[in-house]
Amino acid sequence: MLLPLSAAAIMAMALLWELALPRLRGSLPQLAHELAARHRARHATDRSRRTLASGEHPRFGQQGYDPGRELRAEQRARELLRSCVNEEEWAMYRDLGFLRMWAPTRAPTHTGGAPYAYLVYPHKPIVAYVPQTGALLNEYCVAFPDETRPYGSARLPDADDVLAKWMALNADERRLIADANMHLPGRQVDPQQVHEDLARLSRWERERMDRLQRAVRTAPSSAAGVVIENLMKGDSNSARPLKIATAYTPPRPASAPADRPPPAGPVRSSVRPA
Amino acid sequence: MKLLRLKPGHGEVVLAEGDLEVPEQERELIEAFRRELDAGMWAAVPTERRDGRREAEMVRSFDEVPRDAERVIFFPRAAGGAGR
Repeated sequence: MLLPLSAAAIMAMALLWELALPRLRGSLPQLAHELAARHRARHATDRSRRTLASGEHPRFGQQGYDPGRELRAEQRARELLRSCVNEEEWAMYRDLGFLRMWAPTRAPTHTGGAPYAYLVYPHKPIVAYVPQTGALLNEYCVAFPDETRPYGSARLPDADDVLAKWMALNADERRLIADANMHLPGRQVDPQQVHEDLARLSRWERERMDRLQRAVRTAPSSAAGVVIENLMKGDSNSARPLKIATAYTPPRPASAPADRPPPAGPVRSSVRPA
Repeated sequence: MKLLRLKPGHGEVVLAEGDLEVPEQERELIEAFRRELDAGMWAAVPTERRDGRREAEMVRSFDEVPRDAERVIFFPRAAGGAGR
């Protein structure tokens, strides 16, 4: 009696094992991966706690890092940036986290538009591109280190870094470019990210234009004049492309030449994916 | 006129403030201006065109600062960033 029961139990277990095996094969690696990720996250958290407790910034290895002070500095810097740049540029930085600057050099092209433009990111290289095609031209790696290091770091707040780039590009583009390290696209800023940013910028401009048009339609005539005036204040630039793109088109291959490339600096041709 | 300086961990700092029509204040402004240039700073003056467009111009001496400028902003000179 016992023998047949045992045999039946063994058979049932073997059948269950066979049924469960494919599912286990699928879930075991996932489980192992999750456990490893949890382990890594726990270690990273412990490390961050230790570095913060020691007053060292986990990213910059900076002693005496105070997140509250940095936040206040950034808020002050944003106010200053806002008071210096055009309304459209401020809104762009506020909403997208970067600025687009048309080529400050007023070089006429056959289309009558800007031959190139710059994307200005905080604490990242300035990226030059062709507005008409979206083709990336160069990265200009430039920094404004304050070696007095008042709080242990030479880095300006993000908005101050953008303002310094804006002022330097606006006032003396060639001097800034001459001081920058020029690289081919993709050295430090991921080209895919730049194309996504250009697509976001295109969407943002479209939405902004729609909003302004709606405001003009609904506002009384005198107010509409103010709206248009503000729009022109933010958007007027003799160097901007005549045609406002309604959608971002992916770039053409690098073989498509720019009408007029930005001024050349010292070329470092090695390309390293970001 | 205000002389401002961009500073890490702080944002802008007012270095000096004064009226160019008052000789003593003008002298103080010139001294502060020279101190910053000697420390290797760049100086820019935010400007506004007649059509309302905002721009900036770099100045290398106090004489180049427009008399009606409200602010001069000093910031560390540019250096080629890390070629990682």
